[in-house]
Amino acid sequence: MTDALVKEYQVKGIPITLLKVASEESARKKLTAKQTKKVFQKLEDKYMFAKIHPGEAIGVITAESFGEPGTQMTLRTFHFAGVAEVNVTLGLPRLIELFDARKLPSTPLMEIYLKKPYSKDEKYLEKIISKIAAVGLSNILSEIAINLLKSTIEFKLNKKRMRELGIKEEVVIKTIKESPKGTEVTPKNDRYVVTPKNQDGGLPVVYLLKEKIKAIKIKGIKGIEQVLPKKVGTEIMLIASGSNLKEVLEIDEVDGTRTISNNIFEVEKILGIEAARHAIMEEAETVIKEQGLDIDIRHIMFMADLMTTHGTIKGITRSGITSEKESVLARASFETPIKHLINASITGETDYLNSVVENVMLNQPIPLGTGLPGLVTKLKGKKK
Amino acid sequence: MSAKEEKSKFDVTTHKFVPKHIKLSEEDKLKLLEKYNITDNQLPKIIKSDPAIQHLAANVGDVIKIIRKSPTIGETEYFRLVANV
Repeated sequence: MTDALVKEYQVKGIPITLLKVASEESARKKLTAKQTKKVFQKLEDKYMFAKIHPGEAIGVITAESFGEPGTQMTLRTFHFAGVAEVNVTLGLPRLIELFDARKLPSTPLMEIYLKKPYSKDEKYLEKIISKIAAVGLSNILSEIAINLLKSTIEFKLNKKRMRELGIKEEVVIKTIKESPKGTEVTPKNDRYVVTPKNQDGGLPVVYLLKEKIKAIKIKGIKGIEQVLPKKVGTEIMLIASGSNLKEVLEIDEVDGTRTISNNIFEVEKILGIEAARHAIMEEAETVIKEQGLDIDIRHIMFMADLMTTHGTIKGITRSGITSEKESVLARASFETPIKHLINASITGETDYLNSVVENVMLNQPIPLGTGLPGLVTKLKGKKK
Repeated sequence: MSAKEEKSKFDVTTHKFVPKHIKLSEEDKLKLLEKYNITDNQLPKIIKSDPAIQHLAANVGDVIKIIRKSPTIGETEYFRLVANV
């Protein structure tokens, strides 16, 4: 009975979720057809009343909605989330970082979900973690030194640590030999001697090589420093500090449909602009919720939409969305006015005064609210 | 790394953050533009190399319809114009 009504109102542009609730509730309360119709009519009235009017300054409303609770956020950057000792940036610093669209978050983090059998049993964990967490050569060294007389590097491996991590000695030696090509590695007693390829460079070259060797990745995924398991309900998931979405998604045990990074640029690159929009929303929401604040999701959605309209992520900065503004005066009013004005006069830009700020500057009515519509009049005596 | 040549095992469209992307036909595109009384350049953009539209083989000038899950009203439609950079 209500199906026809739902369809009728859906055509009018009422969201389907609201209509579903209305029809379910009406059925539950056993309303008559006439009463149900009244409910739907009321719903339409309420919905239409709640709609934002054309010309409403929603940008200002959003700015205020973020601004006021923002004053109550913690300025302290670091926070240890829960039992898992992972360092996360939260509060205002994170929000700024997010909306400024910084290329790298100060604490990159990944939430890695696992596929069915692996997410239920702890016995798989160790193997999966060792697959993901990066192990550098410096993690398995017990000693490294430069032999000043011979211009060589000598290092000793920590055999116990290697056994724990399941790393074979031959593999390590092979990786070192390949990393800076042509490097020679020769065993000597219980240690190894590395001879650089060109011997003429002297000590600075040897020193650089030493640092390079220490940073060699032996195992795992580059960029992921630490992986900690976490229990969510009945499921086990992993929190990783450091981020490399692309390579983590390729691992067989990882549930790629849910795994996510807090680096929005990485999300954009791997999953696309729409996923990045979603990631911005989620990140902003978690920050705000964590602080015990309440900002309507619509404001966050608006910010995320704004940042992703150009197809790539643009921050709310002078190099981001502000630089996309058409009007010279509007751009100049944000930051670095002289730069914008000079550049505009050199290239001969025209300002059509279509937007708000430039009209405020010129003391004219702004195209917002009642200032937006123009009047069309018929001149007297001019009949068609 | 030669990751670019290797075909990725992971299907981007299965990720929960990636909504459904549909390429509009030329006819539907005109209808849309007429409905909102806009030119296609006024639509939000999506880059041609965006990972989420690779399977659609979309060209510059096409309009992509995106069916998003919205926390407020369930499902919404969004439109993006395929563009270079």
